Amino acid sequence: MLEELCKKAFFKSLWLYHTNTGACNGCDIEVIDVLTPYYDAERFGIKLVGSPRHADVLICCGPVTRQVVPALKRLYEAVPDPKLVVAVGSCACGGGIWYDSYNIVGGVDTVLPVDYYIQGCPPRPEAILHGVAVALGLLDKQVAPEALRQLPDSSESVPIED
Amino acid sequence: MILSKLKQALICLLAGRVTLPYPAKPHPPDEGFRGYPEVDVDKCIGCGACAAVCPARLIKIEDLDQTTRRITRLLERCIFCGRCAEVCPEDAITMTRQFELASDQARQDLTHQCEIFMATCRRCGACYQPATPLDRIMQPGFRSDEIDRGGDLCQYENVCLESQQAENTTATVGEGE
Repeated sequence: MLEELCKKAFFKSLWLYHTNTGACNGCDIEVIDVLTPYYDAERFGIKLVGSPRHADVLICCGPVTRQVVPALKRLYEAVPDPKLVVAVGSCACGGGIWYDSYNIVGGVDTVLPVDYYIQGCPPRPEAILHGVAVALGLLDKQVAPEALRQLPDSSESVPIED
Repeated sequence: MILSKLKQALICLLAGRVTLPYPAKPHPPDEGFRGYPEVDVDKCIGCGACAAVCPARLIKIEDLDQTTRRITRLLERCIFCGRCAEVCPEDAITMTRQFELASDQARQDLTHQCEIFMATCRRCGACYQPATPLDRIMQPGFRSDEIDRGGDLCQYENVCLESQQAENTTATVGEGE
């Protein structure tokens, strides 16, 4: 009860600053889609702002290239506390298909502490909305760690006869 | 001026509500959408075709011992291209329409591991994939209650393809001499 009340009392409009850390623009376009009237993320109080100093949330799309690392760190420092970092797309989550390229550092989590990951290549606008709802505590996340499925008799392997 | 504003207001009123009620109501994607690739571990034969074609190289195959092959998939990097489902000879991988994969711990939540029973080559001792499902069933150790019978199954020649080829080459060379 108190928790519910706190959630409502501290519910705040999140202002986003959207940054491209080396993406192909697919995820950027989907992020813009989410703000159109059809998907309308603004009904959750979300607003895209033009300066990191106005923002609460840093949205990162794309694998982090070596060139962008210092800029990304400066950007993170420019966002006032408390702040969230959201990685949008497979590339931002773990590096995508570029994870071992010579000019790629990896996912956003190799440089910044990431709070929420939104999967997809690019994620559907619905997937981004689901990520927003998970971040705001409106929905539960749908994925959970899977237990390793082991063979029942893996320890009793039969020795080979010569 | 006023008329045009009135016209705009009328158009806006007639259009009604266009916003999707998505997080409140589910909005499943259309047929053919490629989402989370799900593996039926019982069907998987551990051939590694998916690992060979994966553009993100996220499927890691390691042999723990001579009969166990562990397949690790780091799906946080998955680009949902569906190549693994396309090349799978046993149709063990299906592209589901699950797209709601947002989480706060992607590495833990989106890592999938499984272990597959493999046959052991009697010549070189490496894991290999038996030619047919029948061959696979006849391998010693496939069923846990038949481990004791391991010695009786020697009529089946448990030799991997590479060893067979190597043997054939040696035999041909021997005849030539």
